[in-house]
Amino acid sequence: MTVDTRPAVAAGQAKAAPLDTETCTAFLMHEARLLDESRFHEWLALFTPDAWYWVPSQPNQASPRDTISLIYDDRRLLETRVRRLASPRIYSQEPRSRTTRIIANVTIEEQSDDGRACIVRSKFQLLEYRRDAQTLFGGTCFHRLVASSSGIRIAWKRVDLVNCESVLDGLVVPF
Amino acid sequence: MPVRNDVYSLVEPGRVHRSLYTDPDIFDLELERIFGNAWIYVGHESQIKNPGDFIATRIGTKPLLLARDTGGQIRLVHNQCAHRGVMVIASDSGHTDEYRCCYHGWTYELDGRIKAAPLLHGYPPHFDPKASDAGMKRVPRVASYRGFVFGSLAADGPSLTDFLGYMTTSFDDMVDRAPDGELQVAGGTFKHRYRGNWKLYLENLCDAAHPLFVHESSIVAAKQQADDVYTDGSGEIAIRQMRQNGAPYSFWEANVGIWCYPNGHSFLGDYHDDSKLVAALNDPMFREYMSAMEAKKGKEATRKILEVRRWNTNIYPNVSFMSGFQQLRVVHPLTVNETVVHTYNFRLGGAPEQMFHNMIAFANTVNGTGSLVLTDDLEVYNRIAFGLSSAGPEWIEIGRGFASDQPDEHGGRRGKNSTSEVYVRNMFDAWLGYMANDHEGRTLTGEPSVRGLEARR
Repeated sequence: MTVDTRPAVAAGQAKAAPLDTETCTAFLMHEARLLDESRFHEWLALFTPDAWYWVPSQPNQASPRDTISLIYDDRRLLETRVRRLASPRIYSQEPRSRTTRIIANVTIEEQSDDGRACIVRSKFQLLEYRRDAQTLFGGTCFHRLVASSSGIRIAWKRVDLVNCESVLDGLVVPF
Repeated sequence: MPVRNDVYSLVEPGRVHRSLYTDPDIFDLELERIFGNAWIYVGHESQIKNPGDFIATRIGTKPLLLARDTGGQIRLVHNQCAHRGVMVIASDSGHTDEYRCCYHGWTYELDGRIKAAPLLHGYPPHFDPKASDAGMKRVPRVASYRGFVFGSLAADGPSLTDFLGYMTTSFDDMVDRAPDGELQVAGGTFKHRYRGNWKLYLENLCDAAHPLFVHESSIVAAKQQADDVYTDGSGEIAIRQMRQNGAPYSFWEANVGIWCYPNGHSFLGDYHDDSKLVAALNDPMFREYMSAMEAKKGKEATRKILEVRRWNTNIYPNVSFMSGFQQLRVVHPLTVNETVVHTYNFRLGGAPEQMFHNMIAFANTVNGTGSLVLTDDLEVYNRIAFGLSSAGPEWIEIGRGFASDQPDEHGGRRGKNSTSEVYVRNMFDAWLGYMANDHEGRTLTGEPSVRGLEARR
């Protein structure tokens, strides 16, 4: 049996309609699915051309400039990161991880007057399985989402891990 | 089967026995004889700048507290209450005028002496709270070199400057780059773990032959990266570095060198020059830095400081740093097969803040827990542990360049070029010195007590 598990229409392709919780939730689930299915180039395509992606190293970290981050990528670095993930020589992904994510508690924290841009807060749990070991991550995500005629795009994404300042193994698969 | 104390049978010219990376008994002996004797880096003075400041640190697997006491003295004590053994301080850092145990309220001066304890009556004669050795146990020796603090669990042994020898010049290189002469630990700490032996970390840091293979995924990804997409500047140095990692062997053999000194220390040199450290020499930020340097130190001194081009410096057994990138890593052995590395960054006092931001961005992308480069190194350490769990060859080969290494004018030895594994052999010279109970671990210079590889050639 072959089942096409991809959504018939990518979530959030409503033509620049105002963003509500339901639309944002569907978008976040779509993003999580792309990551779980290792469709990293499609994930990258969700970001705006000047987007950044940030996983702070400290709780309530104010800035990625004067404090280290587990990941801080501007658009240029994010492209490099995603290209590396596709490399057959990425030894830290040989064997590849399998991940499964659950997104919940989605709320809109701030919204522009026209409703077409917002900051969405969500909770996530991520199980990563690789080479006989299973690791559980959890935390809070913030997405700045913007609705455009080509669909919803991520202007920035911040991932606050509950154990961000802990001793960690190398982090390779994006959150 | 190697005998526990027969360390000589485990180290031969150009090769070492696999059990050095896998045998828990050898690991225990390393903690006792290497981490129990050598000067071990425990922190930087800027982390305990004011009287009352303290940080948690460790030597080997032993948790310690490093503090500046009310008189301004640097103190290092074991983090254990003298009463019933409780960890006295549970936070990583802080400011206090005393250490106070949560269990029965015993309090201590920051040098470990008992300050007060409730119900101090009825104790048997062996317990004297006024005795000079009562209280939290002190680490016998603590010393600093230009702000870098080391402790030794051995009461006797060479001084810190004797232990460091010529490697003091790498610390000088780091400090002298600060226009006002001050370094400050800043910007948080990476803490990453790998499932392999502690020695693997330093053995990789001056390995010029590995990047082309281990880092192929990031080299290719960075080389293919378009430069005309949006950037806020944070990827600039890191992308240069990833591309640089792809330099062919001819570059490493013609341009880069490896130098080693007694007690297991080494550095990889003549690698980057400052035109690659920053966006370009005509970068306004770098010009601002140069004028701050020249204003404080003069043109000639500035030129001399900035022409030093050292990459990683390894101070055996537990610390490595990049003087030009203001980054320092401390190796914490946990078990024979588990290691944690803490990575710190430094702000150069008097330098433009943007320079510090660039180093943070560099660390994130090259040396961080989620970076594009270090993650493949961690994988290699893990794979070495997997490989050594097999029944493959008994000996680990560290012989590259063995026949072509040369003496160095400062009492050390250098590879013909950077691809020599001389610095690994040099670490095992020191290893053998410590493990054979020679506290100084000096084998490279040909002292009478030499029992190391080079001496037996």
